[in-house]
Amino acid sequence: MGRNVLSKRVIACLDVRDGKLAKSIKFVDTKDIGDPVEKAREYYRGGLDELVFYDITASSDARGIMLDVVEKVAAEVFIPFSVGGGIRSVEDATNLRLAGAEKINVNSAAVKDPELIARCSRAIGAQSVVLSMDVKRCTPSATIPSGYEIVINGGRTPVGRDAIAWAREGERLGAGELVVNSIDADGTREGYEIRLTRLVADAVQVPVIASGGAGKPEHLYEVLTEGHADAALVASMVHYGDYTVLELKEYLRSRGVKVRMPRAVSI
Amino acid sequence: MITIVDYNAGNLRSVKRACDAVGIDSKITEDADAVVKAGRIIFPGVGAAESAMETVKSRGLDDALREAVRRGTPVLGICIGAQIILDRSEEGDVACLGLIPGNTVRFKLRDPRLKVPHIGWNEVRVEKPHPLLAGFEPGDELYFVHSYYPSPRDPERVYATSDYGGAFCCALGQGNLFATQFHPEKSGPIGLGVLQRFSRWDGTC
Repeated sequence: MGRNVLSKRVIACLDVRDGKLAKSIKFVDTKDIGDPVEKAREYYRGGLDELVFYDITASSDARGIMLDVVEKVAAEVFIPFSVGGGIRSVEDATNLRLAGAEKINVNSAAVKDPELIARCSRAIGAQSVVLSMDVKRCTPSATIPSGYEIVINGGRTPVGRDAIAWAREGERLGAGELVVNSIDADGTREGYEIRLTRLVADAVQVPVIASGGAGKPEHLYEVLTEGHADAALVASMVHYGDYTVLELKEYLRSRGVKVRMPRAVSI
Repeated sequence: MITIVDYNAGNLRSVKRACDAVGIDSKITEDADAVVKAGRIIFPGVGAAESAMETVKSRGLDDALREAVRRGTPVLGICIGAQIILDRSEEGDVACLGLIPGNTVRFKLRDPRLKVPHIGWNEVRVEKPHPLLAGFEPGDELYFVHSYYPSPRDPERVYATSDYGGAFCCALGQGNLFATQFHPEKSGPIGLGVLQRFSRWDGTC
């Protein structure tokens, strides 16, 4: 790894429901584990590179609560963060940008309406539009040659689209980054889906963020090297205090992966 | 008081919030007259040079900024604000403010692993001391999101570089004008330090 290679990013994902932090295990039986603003501040101070908030609030009338969380985070956390969940229009995206989110994440709504990616990209710029893909293994077929299928509704509904084709389509429509979330690996803490991540990362030019399955520092190492990912998303392994962000970065650095090391600054 | 220039650039409020967090008074304005009279100016930006220049001109902010720089007002440009202070930008091949001789150019990368836009944390190397970069240490990384970068004609105008398929200028300055391609408002405590030093900078270097 030379100096010409960007640092690999460690990104923490916070699931938010009704303004509170939750972490899903296989997307069912979510458990409240605290205040998202407090957690965001803790990770920011601990040297995290970026944050992702997924709003898993069921009802659409609770959108205001999420905007409030975003504004509070933006007032204290000075690293990029993105927000996903329930973004169905350019207006949703613009409101989140104005509230302080650097990027927005689109997922199911983009599967149903792919032009949403293009509209958001034109309105707020490709660098601020992240396409999040939920992916499940399946038997390879003519329509799903890779054996990885796009699913929606938290993994319950397959849509008959190949994940690799969808990644390329998302890039073409103007997504500036992709999150590849393996539903099979999500919540298992047994490691990322390396093969899937690598297939996607090799198929597109935009940065790829691996998601789902992180449980040990080795898992991050694997997906950032063998998996060709530009960034690794972590959740429960840091939320429950098993590892700090700094420990993960020190581990990665000891294995030769270039990461940003935080240092004390007096301002 | 810092005057943040509003020309529909995406990161206005982020810059304001960062100023708030470190206790710097700031206000956002699109009024050319307020810019001319400002004591200190941040000229931020995210987006495209072409549409940025259109809005800057339609609000008379081009002449206002030129006048402020001429008067010796400390000015800090960020991202697009660091690009359109040069003569021209390759993005849309548009004429810019011409405050520092040179052009804004696109990354031309041979290594297929390197992607454009350049998004993420990258090491910033101070090439020449400047009061606004006073707290920087070797190895410090700041946050970037861009496809183009400023390329001043006179190498003396370059205060810091970063590497992405080769060295590129990521901080430039001339007298009371300073500008960064990285985002101090999204680069953690090291970035906030730039804003704080700017709030006390007398415009000399």
